[in-house]
Amino acid sequence: AIEKVEVKKVKFEGVRGLSLSGHVGFDSLPDQLVNKSTCQGFCFNILCIGETGIGKSTLMDTLFNTNFENFESSHFEPQVKLRAQTYDLQESNVRLRLTVVNTVGFGDQMNKQESYQPVVDYIDRQFESYLQEELKIKRSLHNYHDSRVHACLYFISPSGHSLKSLDLVTMKKLDSKVNIIPVIAKADTISKSELHKFKIKIMSELVSNGVQIYQFPLDDETVAKVNTAMNGHLPFAVVGSTEEVCVGNKMVKARQYPWGVVQVENENHCDFVKLREMLICVNMEDLREQTHTRHYELYRRCKLEEMGFKDTDPECKPVSLQQTYEAKRQEFLVELQRREEEMRQMFVQRVKEKEAELKDAERELQSRFEQLKRLHADEKAALEEKRRLLEEDQSSFNKRRAAAQLLQAQSLTANGKKDKDRKK
Amino acid sequence: PGRVPGLTAGVIRGADLFGYVGIEAVLDQMRRKTMKAGFEFNIMVVGQSGLGKSTLVNTLFKSKVSRKSCTPNYEEKISKTVKLQSVSHVIEEKGVKMKLTVIDTPGFGDQINNENCWEPIVKYVNEQYEKYLKEELHVNRKRRIPDTRVHCCIYFLPATGHWLRPIDIEFMKRLGKIVSIVPVIAKADTLTIEERLEFKQRIRQDLAANGIRVYPQKEYDEDAEDRIVNDRIRESIPFAVVGTDKEHQVNGNKVLGRKTKWGIIEVENAAHCEFANLRDLLIRSHLQDLKDVTHNIHYETYRVRRLNESNMNFSELELSIRPLENGNGDKSESESHL
Repeated sequence: AIEKVEVKKVKFEGVRGLSLSGHVGFDSLPDQLVNKSTCQGFCFNILCIGETGIGKSTLMDTLFNTNFENFESSHFEPQVKLRAQTYDLQESNVRLRLTVVNTVGFGDQMNKQESYQPVVDYIDRQFESYLQEELKIKRSLHNYHDSRVHACLYFISPSGHSLKSLDLVTMKKLDSKVNIIPVIAKADTISKSELHKFKIKIMSELVSNGVQIYQFPLDDETVAKVNTAMNGHLPFAVVGSTEEVCVGNKMVKARQYPWGVVQVENENHCDFVKLREMLICVNMEDLREQTHTRHYELYRRCKLEEMGFKDTDPECKPVSLQQTYEAKRQEFLVELQRREEEMRQMFVQRVKEKEAELKDAERELQSRFEQLKRLHADEKAALEEKRRLLEEDQSSFNKRRAAAQLLQAQSLTANGKKDKDRKK
Repeated sequence: PGRVPGLTAGVIRGADLFGYVGIEAVLDQMRRKTMKAGFEFNIMVVGQSGLGKSTLVNTLFKSKVSRKSCTPNYEEKISKTVKLQSVSHVIEEKGVKMKLTVIDTPGFGDQINNENCWEPIVKYVNEQYEKYLKEELHVNRKRRIPDTRVHCCIYFLPATGHWLRPIDIEFMKRLGKIVSIVPVIAKADTLTIEERLEFKQRIRQDLAANGIRVYPQKEYDEDAEDRIVNDRIRESIPFAVVGTDKEHQVNGNKVLGRKTKWGIIEVENAAHCEFANLRDLLIRSHLQDLKDVTHNIHYETYRVRRLNESNMNFSELELSIRPLENGNGDKSESESHL
């Protein structure tokens, strides 16, 4: 089917055109703009989603002709994580700040129901971050480091049959948030005929499930033709390699097998060149633009609507953001006051309770003290009694002793007298 | 150097490319996209009647872009108040389309009592910022917000040869804070080269003494390279210009010039006047910069003021609702505040 080439309408409708009688010089405007951007540098952020070991890091290395510091991940991650690394690349006078985000542990869990969530969260976080900066009072947008994901490479396992349900579920969750470019990984494991069937199956499954992948744009005549052709080659079957093999008399990036050499940059062997062409050389700027004007705007719109902001009120009269903001702010302040009051009440209540508690404790202590005092007094009294008895005993004993002594003394003297008498 | 907003990466590694990747193709991509989208440029001309504002603007853009030239039955009347009028045209050069809007300020400086004659102009400039801000704050935004903000204000100084007049100082003081002003000495063919140099120096002194910032403002120089280029410009402003749309034959060539009894003043001859310098500054080298300064600095200043005025502080509403992972994000924040 021949794609209808959509030509965007010329801007500035309704404004008179004038012809110039000589060279003015504003034809240098695109150059002025481009020079400024060159000075600032560009940001480009790629998210790679794919199972562990499917070749994400290798493909990135191959695409950007460099060696990003990668390390193999284990298959035992309990949850899907995302790892982002930022690099500064330079080619002639163009400086690119490239962020590569890889999923870690994708597809490794037993239960993959929540696998897509960390990815969605990451993408949303970057939008949120930008939105926050945009809504700041004092903001710095023109030198803001844009971390929003511009392209998402989804790595499809080269099973040769169809997409996995994980693939469909994940891509469906992402298609309104990011530009998805599906690629068939490790394509050197599929034969040419199988590959053709596989591609058709994948595309039809995507269509029947309503997954909207990124379409290379057709509105610019310069690139419409090549983009149309490339759209027909999706998904790209890629092979990545940073190792070089000697083929003919050249060293080329390739994978060497006993049965032959798969050359990465040979278009008969795989679609790597097409991917690089599309992703970097032809459409990088469009990917950035779509992210900003479509995906980000959608996020922003949803976010603001969620917070209750609208452009028109129920009677379809335009509402300024300020009005809505004021209303929201009032609402918020009222809510804040209510919560404050609640907390205050709670606090007062707690204080009362604590006071009562303390009073009880005091009373108890007091009664215990009384009790102890009584006990003490009782014991003292008992002791006193005992002492008195003891004293009585003592005194009576003393009396008896004294009496006994007296008796003894008397009897002694009496005996002595008797003895004396006898002796006489 | 310095903190980059939005950058959360702890380390940014440099990586060497082992071979050609094609990254530089992004420049071309960007060029194509901007050409497709077209450009907007809004230029305001301010000065007393008779200083040649319309002629100069027509000469700059080699086309009848001023209101005077394209309004049928135009009558040069001294209006009782300062009324701003704008007219737009689309001009194209080598595939680059530009919507040029010229904003005229008839009546400025023409009254007997010119007190506060800058007010309608200040009002107009701020109105454009307000318009843009409103669009920017919409929930459902246009793909491309129409830009009517004044990117450049050419202020015409009569070639008196003396100093700045009170009206000049008052105007440039006030407007210099909200828009990029490019002062020019109008009808400079009444000054000799020496008189011109002296006049320019006096003007620069006056500007400095009154704390007036004109374009290119020193504070907005982005790097050393910029500073060098802009310093050179700052040392030669205001440009002494002559405007005309008539052509004459000089040495077998057709040139734009004013024919007088004592000679032909060639507008584009650097030895005669500084028109070419002005044109190069405004159009060939700094047009995009004028727009950027308006957008990144003047507009932002206005926005900060407006949002503060209406007490619109979104972070107050705890906009940082953590997406998805923590559905109670905003509540927990406000509780911690309590």
